[in-house]
Amino acid sequence: MTVHFISEIENLNMLLLEVTSKAEHAVYQAIQATLSHDVPRAQKVIDSDDDIDAAEIRIEEECLKILALYQPVAGDLRKVITILKVNNEIERVGDLAVNIAERVFDMASYGENTVEKIDFEEMMSKACGMLKKSIDSLTYHDIETAAEVISLDDEVDKLHHDAYLFVREKMLKYPVQAGYYLDCLTISRCLERIADIATNISEDVIYMEQGKIVRHLHEGEQK
Amino acid sequence: MPLKLEARNLNFFYGSQQVLFDNCLPVEEKKITAVIGPSGCGKSTFLRVCNRIFELYRDQRAEGELLLDGVNVLSSEIDVLELRRNIGMIFQKPTPFPMSVFDNVAYPLKLHFKLSRSETHNRVEQALRGASLWEEVKDKLKASGLALSGGQQQRLCIARAIAAEPEVLLMDEPTSALDPLATGKIEELMVELKKRFTIMVVTHNMQQAARISDATAFFYKGIIIEYGATTRIFTNPVNRKTEEYITGRFG
Repeated sequence: MTVHFISEIENLNMLLLEVTSKAEHAVYQAIQATLSHDVPRAQKVIDSDDDIDAAEIRIEEECLKILALYQPVAGDLRKVITILKVNNEIERVGDLAVNIAERVFDMASYGENTVEKIDFEEMMSKACGMLKKSIDSLTYHDIETAAEVISLDDEVDKLHHDAYLFVREKMLKYPVQAGYYLDCLTISRCLERIADIATNISEDVIYMEQGKIVRHLHEGEQK
Repeated sequence: MPLKLEARNLNFFYGSQQVLFDNCLPVEEKKITAVIGPSGCGKSTFLRVCNRIFELYRDQRAEGELLLDGVNVLSSEIDVLELRRNIGMIFQKPTPFPMSVFDNVAYPLKLHFKLSRSETHNRVEQALRGASLWEEVKDKLKASGLALSGGQQQRLCIARAIAAEPEVLLMDEPTSALDPLATGKIEELMVELKKRFTIMVVTHNMQQAARISDATAFFYKGIIIEYGATTRIFTNPVNRKTEEYITGRFG
């Protein structure tokens, strides 16, 4: 039975890595589409989300099957639970990529008339970097990288807050372009959520590896 | 939480062969403590020390202390018959006596107490109710205990054990000979019984240990490798050997 269980878990890991790679790619494509106002590219991101949704259902069914058939305990149980949770987070990442991509249609319609553009480069780079690292920490069972991701979350939160202040100021200054700035705020919010999800995945990795629940620890408490 | 039983540096020998090594184990009152480990690791031996049933066999001896409410039951001053009344035992295979259902339960009452006929009847009924068996046997109290199903026989043995009003129940793989339905009934009964008794159960069924016990001790080669709250042992064991055993990767 152990041999079967290990093979089931390996299969599950492969499925999860496949879908995480798809979600990561979707976020990258959505961001590139935003930067270049590339509508066809944005449409591809939207179309690809069905694959991620289908993979989420399949992985969840596999996890439920493993829980019912093998009733895993200890490290095995933590592994299955982590995969179940990360699977759910990854599906959310796919949805956020779609949300970003949907903004591209509006932003493209504004053309180059926008007076002062918001610069997403740093936030995009940090949020995507966190997502990539969190997935790496899951793949390589690397709790140091997971801890690093968790420590980066505040930086993205700060950037989102800066974006909010920027948008508020510009909406007051250029009310005609309120639509553009609202789209910008939505994208900023999506990036901030992606960073949150990367943090959640990293916390799940620490739980999987060490059995410690590090969510909701206040500042100063040891993670 | 007060301790009902406590092993302190307990060692056990079959002749010259030592099989338990410096076992230290706290057993909390009115809780279920599961004892797990591979075959031959000393789990059943540990249970057999608790009510000194090992003394029925030659060349077996225990050293160290085993405290029941702070009193060392291994002391020569202990009344062994009274000890075995106080610490009842249920075995892997149901062991009803070849007598009626009623007489099976009345047997320890006759042995340990001087009761009137009506008192005996009341206590038998109470014990059978306590073992969740009364409704099934109330109309066949005179039938042979051996005529009951396996699960009913095991509950009859539990009724016989609790009729003596013990404080501790030792159960050595009490469901390993039973089907899942009968196993479920015994497990429910055990959870009910812990309101009144302290229970130690030896089991090879990891899910059973996880489901019903409050604390778990993992034995390996006569050594207690790990002891702790069952939820922790089954989600985050500290010792690698415990993890390997409960996840089936042992050996």
